[in-house]
Amino acid sequence: MQPILSCRDVRVSFNGFQALQGVNLDVLPQEVRFLIGPNGAGKTTLLDVVCGKTKASDGEVLYRQTENIRKLQEHEIVHLGITRKFQAPSIFANLTVWENLELSLKQKRGLWSVMRAKMTGEDKGKMEAMLLRIGLMEQRHNLAGMLAHGQKQWLEIGMQLMQNPEILLLDEPIAGMSETERHKTGELIHEISETCSVLIVEHDMEFVRNFSKQVTVMHEGKVLCEGTMSEIQQNEQVAEVYLGRRESAC
Amino acid sequence: MDKKKLGYWLFFIALFLGPLYLTEFRLALMGKFLCFAIVALGICLIWGYTGILSLGHGVYFGLGAYCTAMYLKLEAANGQLPDFMEWSGVSALPAFWVPFSNPIFAIGASLLIPALIAAILGFLTFKNRIKGVYFSLISQAVVVVFVTLFVAKQDWTGGTNGLTNFTTFLGFSLASPLVQIALYMMTVIILGASFALAAALTNSRVGRVLSAVRDGENRVRFLGFNPTSYKVFVYSLSAALAGLAGTLFVLQVGLISPAMMGIIPSIEMVLWAAVGGRHSLIGAILGAVIVNSAKSFFSEAYPDIWSIFLGLLFIIVVMFLPNGIVGAFESWNEKREKAKRKGGTADAADSVVS
Amino acid sequence: MAVVITQLFNGISLGSILLLIALGLAITFGLMNVINMAHGEFIMAGAYTTYVVQQAFSHYVPAALFNYYYIVAIPLSFLIGALLGFVLEKTLIRFLYHRPLDSLLATWGVSLILQQVARSIFGAPNVAVTAPAWLDSGLTIAGAVLPYKRLFIIALVTICMVTLYLYLDKTAAGRKMRAVTMNRSMASSLGVSTKKVDATAFAIGSGLAGIAGCALTVLGPIGSTIGTYYIVDAFMIVILGGIGSLIGTVFGALSVGMLGTVAEFWSGASMAKVIVFVAIIAFLQFKPAGLLSARTRSLE
Repeated sequence: MQPILSCRDVRVSFNGFQALQGVNLDVLPQEVRFLIGPNGAGKTTLLDVVCGKTKASDGEVLYRQTENIRKLQEHEIVHLGITRKFQAPSIFANLTVWENLELSLKQKRGLWSVMRAKMTGEDKGKMEAMLLRIGLMEQRHNLAGMLAHGQKQWLEIGMQLMQNPEILLLDEPIAGMSETERHKTGELIHEISETCSVLIVEHDMEFVRNFSKQVTVMHEGKVLCEGTMSEIQQNEQVAEVYLGRRESAC
Repeated sequence: MDKKKLGYWLFFIALFLGPLYLTEFRLALMGKFLCFAIVALGICLIWGYTGILSLGHGVYFGLGAYCTAMYLKLEAANGQLPDFMEWSGVSALPAFWVPFSNPIFAIGASLLIPALIAAILGFLTFKNRIKGVYFSLISQAVVVVFVTLFVAKQDWTGGTNGLTNFTTFLGFSLASPLVQIALYMMTVIILGASFALAAALTNSRVGRVLSAVRDGENRVRFLGFNPTSYKVFVYSLSAALAGLAGTLFVLQVGLISPAMMGIIPSIEMVLWAAVGGRHSLIGAILGAVIVNSAKSFFSEAYPDIWSIFLGLLFIIVVMFLPNGIVGAFESWNEKREKAKRKGGTADAADSVVS
Repeated sequence: MAVVITQLFNGISLGSILLLIALGLAITFGLMNVINMAHGEFIMAGAYTTYVVQQAFSHYVPAALFNYYYIVAIPLSFLIGALLGFVLEKTLIRFLYHRPLDSLLATWGVSLILQQVARSIFGAPNVAVTAPAWLDSGLTIAGAVLPYKRLFIIALVTICMVTLYLYLDKTAAGRKMRAVTMNRSMASSLGVSTKKVDATAFAIGSGLAGIAGCALTVLGPIGSTIGTYYIVDAFMIVILGGIGSLIGTVFGALSVGMLGTVAEFWSGASMAKVIVFVAIIAFLQFKPAGLLSARTRSLE
């Protein structure tokens, strides 16, 4: 199977600090890939590069093997079908849940198209289905800022899914969630992976163990190793990285 | 919702019937304030709804006013050179003045030139993600540039004195009370139409994109929108409204000078929207009328006190009334209704409301 | 040759005044993320302080000592500016941290009030400050005359810069200030009293504006709106220099001063304004974050 996303020797530096020092990573279609590693390993930076928030200073980010998206703007990358959920919930607090989803509809996002846009029955159906899926049907007319923390996370995942992504980037999606919410989120992620690839940064090893197939370990701006969680746990290098820095192995 | 709509209709009808109950003097003042209200509407759109604080709207207002004033000046000169050009020794009408002898061109330009300049400035800054207070300060520098230019190019613009001494508009004498009443009514209609347009815009999906840009411009990008085009659009629209207001202003007041587009008038325009309530379109209109009524009341009697009062108003609005008069009224109303509900259902509601 | 030297010199002297004004803005904006529109009125306060000192000297001090009134006026301008800044910080600014747009509007109100107060005390017309006689002539280099007045300004600004640098780099209080600028919450959890640092920084920035006002008195008459004239340029310099970067501010001020003077020489004062503005906008097309600025990882 051809990878849908390939990073080739991606490098990023912040004022001389090398945050990524040549990352190589392939993500296959419909794969759930976890990124783990100690703090400062460059996991979030890698997501930033893929979604266009941070521009890589060198290397290639290939989408479907042909299109180099390294220099595209964020919204252009979204148009290709790569969406990103941030660590802190970044929903629009002053809009209602419904309006948040309305903005996330897969639609032409140019000014003129949006001006002429009308809410079709089909759109409505999609939004209602999504509300049921993320369990926010009752809250749909509430301001998004009023939701509980876990609900905000779900709303944001819902907003990304509304766009029918090809690749979904998640940054610590279960942070601040209760045990049941975590489990539900894990199941949701596997459901999602039937239609798209998911790349997840996660610190919670319990969660990674329960829901991962492929795991990539990053360390000091590079990929250290890849494999299933049990393979990773056997890996001596990984143990060294984590045990050498116990505080980040939470 | 419908009650609100009815209220708006009544409000505009009451304004429209102004000539029936206002003296000639008050009507002229009101007409001027309603021009300012159109500017405030535009500021509300960009500031309250999109989060762009422009300290340069005086320029757009002034440019609109100058465009129409150029036409009025040419009409008054009756084929000759405008008076101030003769005084500064200009022998022939500058080429860029020529098309302004056509009223349609002049009024069209009074909308399009501000919109175009706003679009260029907006594009060059928003594209580079220069926003917030950086943009505000840049827009203020634009004011300095334009005012300096307009003062310096005396032979083209009339310098510090600006353009005045108009006689007729489309052949109608501007001194006639009937013409002034007609202009006043036109202003009310245009204000109403601008209000309807702004309301429609803010209630549309575009309006929701704009609010989203205000609350998190970068997040909007990750939903696939390019905020630049939305911001440029709403900023130009707001500049066009200011230009339109400038046209109506110069027709009724009969004067435009660089002092009216300077730094202080520009920031006063922001205050109108702030006093009324930056998130409320009707608030912007009320704010413009209230602040300017206060100004004409105070500044004639005690010009010194007005300056201090204006300064205090800025501080008070920011510190204690961030959502202006309308915001204060709404939160008072909410509290009252909450209290009412509480009274009705006794203790049971307490745990729910918390 | 003489023309080149004169222009270069004028550019540096204009740039150094702008620098003194912009530095105060850069410090407070970098530190507290507030825009202080009343900064221009601290310039005015410094200028009027100098005026009052000069008047006092000509009335109450032996004529022989008149020429030395700057020795009193400079520190006093700093103190008056700093005091006004301190009061403003304690009464208004500290409620507006990290609300740059709100702080801009509120301090604009303060600026209007201070201008009116000045008009009530000193009258609306501009007043002239008689410069000491020793500033009247100039230094001649390669046929170009460099007025002592402008040399005096450059020297004054240089001394202020060096003092500020020593303060920020060598004293404990200055290092605390830099720590808070870089990472407020971290500095605070390490036991730095951010409140104290903020108030001090604001006072220092305002005091610098006071000195700038004092320096401006040698160039021409002063009035209640003198601040407004310089403040817009000073803000553009802060933007050009890059937020939170004092070195960037230095380069920004010198380039704006230089370009402004040269443009004025070639095309007149009004076109110079246009040229400088267009140049700044053009520059921001290539470096939107300014000359020097720190990158951040936060989303908004």
